[in-house]
Amino acid sequence: MSEAEKPDNEDASPAARPAGKVKPPPLSLSKRQALRRKFLRTVLLTGGVLGAALSGYLPMVYARKQRLRPPGALDEKDFLASCIKCGQCVQVCPVQAIKLADLVDGFGVGAPYIEAREQACDFSCDAVQCILACPTGALVYQKPAFLPVRKGAELAEKPLLLAKEKDPEPTLNLKERMGVARLTRPESCLALRGRGFKGQARGPDYKGKLRYMAVDRWKPIPVREHPYEAEVCNLCVQACPIKWAISMETVFAPDGSQRLSPVVHEACVGCGACEMICPTEPASIEIVPREVWRT
Amino acid sequence: MNPILKKRFFEQILVMFGREPKKPAQISPPAQEIHLFKRTTNKEKLQAAAAHAEAHMSTSHKWRNRRWAVLIAVNLLFVVSFYFDIQVLEGALTASRFVGFHLIDLNSALQVMLAHKHIITNLVIGTATIFVGWLLLGGRSFCSWACPYHLLAEWAEKLHLWLVKKKLVVDQPIDRRLRTVFWIVFALLAVATGYTVYEAISPTGIVSRALIYGPGLALLWVLALLVFEVFFVRRAWCRYACPIGLTYGVVGILSPVRIKYTLEGCFHEGNCRKVCLVPHVLDTVIKGRAVHTEVPIGPDCTRCGLCVDVCPTGSLTYDVKGLSKLL
Repeated sequence: MSEAEKPDNEDASPAARPAGKVKPPPLSLSKRQALRRKFLRTVLLTGGVLGAALSGYLPMVYARKQRLRPPGALDEKDFLASCIKCGQCVQVCPVQAIKLADLVDGFGVGAPYIEAREQACDFSCDAVQCILACPTGALVYQKPAFLPVRKGAELAEKPLLLAKEKDPEPTLNLKERMGVARLTRPESCLALRGRGFKGQARGPDYKGKLRYMAVDRWKPIPVREHPYEAEVCNLCVQACPIKWAISMETVFAPDGSQRLSPVVHEACVGCGACEMICPTEPASIEIVPREVWRT
Repeated sequence: MNPILKKRFFEQILVMFGREPKKPAQISPPAQEIHLFKRTTNKEKLQAAAAHAEAHMSTSHKWRNRRWAVLIAVNLLFVVSFYFDIQVLEGALTASRFVGFHLIDLNSALQVMLAHKHIITNLVIGTATIFVGWLLLGGRSFCSWACPYHLLAEWAEKLHLWLVKKKLVVDQPIDRRLRTVFWIVFALLAVATGYTVYEAISPTGIVSRALIYGPGLALLWVLALLVFEVFFVRRAWCRYACPIGLTYGVVGILSPVRIKYTLEGCFHEGNCRKVCLVPHVLDTVIKGRAVHTEVPIGPDCTRCGLCVDVCPTGSLTYDVKGLSKLL
């Protein structure tokens, strides 16, 4: 305890007190320079790391193309805030529709998205497994009350899954749409041009899978193993997993002649199965991500 | 607890946040006795003993090998769970499910909570599980026993030290308070921007996802960090930047698993400080600094065991608080 008592003794004598507060001797020049260099390096590393971190803003600023997010995704900003980038949604998807974004997505790096043309979500899992897998509520069945629902994003009723039509519970637990399908290239649509389709919808090398009820309800198969034949092309209608979301309707061409055209209805959830199967290149029908239903 | 050790316990927390370790103001009488004995013993005798110990020392990599095996096994379990769809450990290091139980990385959870400002039950369950888990396992042991970036950085460090030995590069230390600043800045950024800003550059998340879901451009950032560490600043990310390390360090404050220093047999050669990722926690091994005969190492220690491997006298050992009393 002798060391502990020492300062007490010093304090006891009033003359010693100012002596205790003597400034340390000035540092040598080389030491000062070393400290200054260390400080500069520290500032440099701070700048470097924060610069890298904030560069994540760039893709947000340069409003890049909206990503199609998995079903049940919160609105984009909230989605990116709540996604923990773990990829559990990727792991449960039976058709591997979900991918994780890379560096070019800025703050969205590691966040899941769907490239519908390569592999759309066709709800092969029946129960929207990705929502079930999400640990943070970035994908939800029911939005928390404090988050607003954009007008037209809400589905009028729970979507009816054609594959489950005969089940006691035939609906999908999904409140909002992912986007809306649009016939973005009517000029190339085979149906509108009065043409049919026969063969592999996306060619022999296409890797995407879909569930065909006629083949196996539980096992999606590669699209190339399931050739189509249609007198007037209606592949998008055939591929659509949702009831009343799309149908072939008679329309009149500018020259007055009657044509068949795929028409998207309000039940469309924006899954992208139609975009995926469309045999024209590029696809005539596409999903507009985050799009709302406009009447 | 011994009041001197208690004081050191709190000081070590400050050291974790970036304060430089200081000479102790108070040393317990038994420790003083040993210090005095070491000062007065014939130096040649001591050196002879040291040489003797050195001769006996065969470089052991026991703990390092165990640790690498665990680290690789953990990360491999993520990979095979997905690759072979065996569903044991699904997800990535940021959040996962171990046979169905939610596990969520504390720092990622914090970022999400601050950015999203809404916390769902599964997030709470996963975060609490991980908190208790790493509390029992040593806090920053997450860094050295689980983080895949740590392993890459360890290899980069070997390269760096080799270059240092060849006098081709010099380690350029940085102010350690920076990590605390980063922790606060990233927390504030998450609140202010509503984005999980740190997750965009977290090498832990990036490497973990790259292993499981395949490589991407984001690995370039990790590569840049490693290059920086090889040529400029030794272990820059883990030492001076990573907020994950600080988060788990805070968890480690109360963890029973730690490295314990025994003053008596130590020759104060300092090999442990040379291999250590966080040498400021080993200030106690400097001659005359130990405040007691046995001193637990502070919370910033990653419990990696490199010092245990390198110590020729067994003065540094793994210790579970209370376990020795129990046995």
